[in-house]
Amino acid sequence: MIKGRAHKYGSNVDTDVIIPARYLNTTDPAELATHCLEDLDPAFISKVHPGDVIVGEDNFGCGSSREHAPICIKAAGVSCVIANSFARIFYRNSLNIGLPILECPDAVAGISAGDEIEIDLATGRIANLTTGKSYSAKPFPEFMRKLIELGGLVNYAKTKLTAGA
Amino acid sequence: MAQTITQKILAAHCGRESVEPGELINAGTDLVLGNDITAPIAIREFEKIGAPTVFDKNKVALVPDHSTPNKDIKSAELTKILREFARKHGIVNYFEVGRMGVEHTLIPDEGLVLPGDLVIGADSHTCTYGALGAFSSGVGSTDMAAAMALGEVWLKVPEAIKFVYSGKLREWVSGKDLILYTIGRIGVDGALYCSMEFTGETISAITMADRFTMCNMAIEAGGKNGIVEPDDKTLEYVNPRAQREYKVYRSDPDAVYRDVVEIDCSRLEPQVAFPHLPENTKPVSEAVDVRIDQAVIGSCTNGRIEDLRSAAKVIRGRKVHPDVRLLVIPATQEIFLQAIKEGLTEIFVEAGGAVSTPTCGPCLGGHMGVLAEGERSIATTNRNFVGRMGHVKSEVYLSNPAVAAASAVLGRIGSPEELDGVDK
Repeated sequence: MIKGRAHKYGSNVDTDVIIPARYLNTTDPAELATHCLEDLDPAFISKVHPGDVIVGEDNFGCGSSREHAPICIKAAGVSCVIANSFARIFYRNSLNIGLPILECPDAVAGISAGDEIEIDLATGRIANLTTGKSYSAKPFPEFMRKLIELGGLVNYAKTKLTAGA
Repeated sequence: MAQTITQKILAAHCGRESVEPGELINAGTDLVLGNDITAPIAIREFEKIGAPTVFDKNKVALVPDHSTPNKDIKSAELTKILREFARKHGIVNYFEVGRMGVEHTLIPDEGLVLPGDLVIGADSHTCTYGALGAFSSGVGSTDMAAAMALGEVWLKVPEAIKFVYSGKLREWVSGKDLILYTIGRIGVDGALYCSMEFTGETISAITMADRFTMCNMAIEAGGKNGIVEPDDKTLEYVNPRAQREYKVYRSDPDAVYRDVVEIDCSRLEPQVAFPHLPENTKPVSEAVDVRIDQAVIGSCTNGRIEDLRSAAKVIRGRKVHPDVRLLVIPATQEIFLQAIKEGLTEIFVEAGGAVSTPTCGPCLGGHMGVLAEGERSIATTNRNFVGRMGHVKSEVYLSNPAVAAASAVLGRIGSPEELDGVDK
């Protein structure tokens, strides 16, 4: 069970503001995390706590394919990203590296910055403990559930490689 | 079952007769690509998977193009990871500085992508190769790692949107303007998860360079891939480069599309995308007194010889405005050499512009043209997000090469037609 405070942003949060290219000369998750969302909300990194949730509106993570974006969000301690919709590369990168993401426009509309959120990833239930309301995220297709259960694509590929050998 | 070109290519790569939009498939890859920013993470994840070597050393391409020539020590360490991995695994298609190019121009020019191929690359602009009638799509580093190990990728079969372009283009209007106009019309998530199929008499009439530019920016509308059915022009480009068999696919006449968007191009003006999204497009005539500090001509979107010719035609015999820095970056070494032979390089240098070796550099605010606070650049690149080319309070305006060149002379955003009254 995930529990944390919501950090809320608008539409088209692009990967350049999530992790600007000037920091892409490293692949170290901890170092990348210190610059997470720097060009959108420079205060984010000082106010985020482990378990917190990012809430975005439409097309979250649009732009570059840089996996550094979900990596820095995960390494900053964020437990889940909820949005109306995700850009497709950010979506697959998040599943591939084991960063939970949920599509749920009702929850996005019903969550304000600072609300306390509880999420059951197994059922996709999102509870806003501040308002007392709860929401159901769109369920993942079976293959993606398997990816999530395995903890990401590396473990999936490992399993497949072993099975094929 | 009637299928789109994209469905047919995906079906062929997972051993099926047909596939349906929404299905998740595992598809075989003809080429797996990465650059100096994305491949180091892919290589780290590849080691974790534990495969002894890559699935096929001829089908992996590594192109150090983003922070090269190495911009700092940390970047140098990253390109070193690529170089050593390439040596260790005998990767045939590793392209060193001096023999390289911006990946999405270099890879098709080297004949590494052919019609009917399925290509993934850890770079969002991998969708460029759809201009050849291939399925190509940007993915992340871990996808690249798994594909290097297994030779396959998980994909959701996309719905398709058909774009039908009609009418003859006016002078100075190019593929860049068609795609900017299209993104302006449907929005930056207007084709989210979808295949964008570019069709119509205007597409038949434009050059391969213009088609590459259009497919390159499919991602800026959220698209999974951009694609053009091969025709004689495609084959004329492909045949001298192809070193293996390929297959031409076409959409069935009764294939199903989520939408059909018809665009009359006959009255279209050159387009400019204002900050801070590629969908904020306006005709260039509506860019009134937008002063610029920099003009960038190059990138995987517009760094081809046709783009340089267009810019040189505008700038020939004129001078870059005293307040403007003009940067011209041929996309590959071969294009650079061609530009020298045709005298284009001389035109840019005599005008007071800087011509550089191929790099993605300024497009992503990496190096070779980073903006300071409050500065503004017009660029033939693909993104104008907040802070994209440097300081968070700088601005990027996207245009075609002729408009960027005209703007460099005028000192403000303007069209080549406005130069008619400016002395040479």
